[in-house]
Amino acid sequence: MNIILTMIRLAVRALLAYKVRSLLTMLGIIIGIGSVIVMISVGRGAHESIQRQIQSLGANMLMIFSGSSQKGGVRAGFGSAPTLSVRDAQAIERECPSTLYVSYVLGTSAQLVAGKKNWGTRVWGTTSNYNQVRDWQVQDGEFITDQQVRSASSVVILGSSVAENLFDPGEQAVGQQIRIKNMPFRIIGVMQARGRTPSGQDQDDTVLVPYTTMSRKLVPNRLPGVVHFIMVSAQSQDLVEVLKQEVEELLRQRHKIIPGMTDDFTVRTLDEYANMAGETTNTMTLLLTAVAAISLLVGGIGIMNIMLVSVTERTREIGIRMAVGARRRDILLQFLIEAMVISIIGGILGTVVGIVTAMIVSGLAGWVAIVGLDSIILATLFSGAVGIFFGFYPARKASCLDPIEALRYE
Amino acid sequence: MDSPVIRFQGAKKIYPMSGETVEALKGVDINIYSGELVAIMGPSGSGKSTLMHIAGLLDSLTEGKYWFDGEDVSFISRDQQADIRNKKIGFIFQSFNLLARCTAQENVELPMLYQRPAPSNLHQKSMEALRMVGMENRSSHLPSQLSGGQQQRVAIARALINDPTLIMADEPTGNLDTKTGKEIMNTLAALHKNGITVIIVTHDHEVGQATQRRIFLRDGLIEKDEKQAQVSGLIVS
Ligand SMILES: Nc1ncnc2c1ncn2[C@@H]1O[C@H](COP(=O)(O)OP(=O)(O)OP(=O)(O)O)[C@@H](O)[C@H]1O
Ligand SMILES: [Mg+2]
Repeated sequence: MNIILTMIRLAVRALLAYKVRSLLTMLGIIIGIGSVIVMISVGRGAHESIQRQIQSLGANMLMIFSGSSQKGGVRAGFGSAPTLSVRDAQAIERECPSTLYVSYVLGTSAQLVAGKKNWGTRVWGTTSNYNQVRDWQVQDGEFITDQQVRSASSVVILGSSVAENLFDPGEQAVGQQIRIKNMPFRIIGVMQARGRTPSGQDQDDTVLVPYTTMSRKLVPNRLPGVVHFIMVSAQSQDLVEVLKQEVEELLRQRHKIIPGMTDDFTVRTLDEYANMAGETTNTMTLLLTAVAAISLLVGGIGIMNIMLVSVTERTREIGIRMAVGARRRDILLQFLIEAMVISIIGGILGTVVGIVTAMIVSGLAGWVAIVGLDSIILATLFSGAVGIFFGFYPARKASCLDPIEALRYE
Repeated sequence: MDSPVIRFQGAKKIYPMSGETVEALKGVDINIYSGELVAIMGPSGSGKSTLMHIAGLLDSLTEGKYWFDGEDVSFISRDQQADIRNKKIGFIFQSFNLLARCTAQENVELPMLYQRPAPSNLHQKSMEALRMVGMENRSSHLPSQLSGGQQQRVAIARALINDPTLIMADEPTGNLDTKTGKEIMNTLAALHKNGITVIIVTHDHEVGQATQRRIFLRDGLIEKDEKQAQVSGLIVS
């Protein structure tokens, strides 16, 4: 123990004797470990924020689209012919026991005019429990009521981005009139800000009207009862998968899809979205892993190189140590410890650089960097391992020197 | 008389040199007993250093036999050699061979670092050794802050730290002026008085005169091995 402490002290002293050289040697390790830290913490931060965005779509929610799912994701919505109807939604509510809320939407794009300002956005016609399915409340005013849906009232709820674009800050939007497709609508509420979806769409850049208003006034030429998608929330998180099964079975029955046929609808859980989003983060992680691996390799070779130089420079020291009774493995240990001290200090500096970089990167990307103690420990162990691996050859070379020749070395 | 500390029988050392070979020792028989003070003398290239390196277990014989402290060490491993060097032999070199980045005290402690089992009172022992050579108030100096004579004293303290049976000095005064050289010789003689076996390799006849026994080497063979009844005043005042 004594000898190891002494060796660590001597190693630090040797490093301090050549500060610039030591720092340059550590550079590869610093970059390598820095990338590892950035990789882990930004990866985690990104994952976390994607999870949060996905959860923001609604709690324990299923989305049901028209069209079958293809490998590359879902191609549905406005393009494909809608196969889902209000009746499907009602049937789900009636017949799937795991259902908590069901809502459905029919959408169109429209120009909104408020006074002199106008704004193009997406208009969704929906039901009175849309806000419950999506777990999304109004900031001001009231949400659409059943009564308003039944009577196809000309009322509208604004997303917060739309409200910002149509009204000046501080101006009261609720109660005002706007025109959608040249028809007058009364604003009854403004939604809370929700941010972007994982695919980057601004959820707040939409407005909501009663479903019936949409189908009768805004898109009157559509087939009656058609919807773009249905949203269903399960009674609990455990029931999400069960609900998915129930919904699929029910819709196959209703759409007369026999085994062997492809479904004309797609049911997606939020977990499936999370997995899809995870694939993009994986690509980034892979890239950073490559950077880290290459830097660590280069850093390791740098350490090996400098240790070989050090062994040559200190041949006489090695001879002296051998003369006073150092065994071969004492010398081996000394140089291994030195290589490890270089790489671990490099690792610590790299960790600091990594944490700072991670914070900057995630600050720019709007994530929170999550730097765990585990990643710091991992980085330290990893840099130590690099030191042992690349320090072994020079250390072995030192330990195999002939004492006489080492003593005679000038 | 008890068994010799060093016993060579037909000791040969052959260095392979590109194609030909150099025979540095050509068959040497020597017995050196406990408590002796021996000078090994001879012209340059006669094999003095070679003999000392082998006797000090820094190197091995090519042929012949070697007993150290009653033990056959002709064919022991490098690690076993290292252990014997650590426990029983102290070296003093012409060029001092102190570690430049370590203080006097750390240099003295160096052999104890490799002692098994690890000794406990490291600092106390090293200060004691420094006191013995009169260097106790220079313990925290680096070698570069010490004169040649002072560095050699530190080296002697280092040689003493593990209570060796044998001290070997290769031209210990070679890098020092006459006066300092004599002081170093006095220190070595004092060690001898305390019962340690001392072997000094030297060119200096005055140094040789001061020892009880002189072994002359020439071309890898013993030319003369003379014991002097009367030792001329080694201790100079
Ligand atoms: N490593 C070696 N390889 C080849 N030859 C060597 C080696 N070491 C010593 N020799 C040769 O062995 C012979 C004896 O050398 P040694 O160093 O023992 O002489 P020395 O008596 O100590 O001389 P000096 O008084 O100059 O120190 C010399 O001829 C030398 O050239
Ligand atoms: Mg010599």
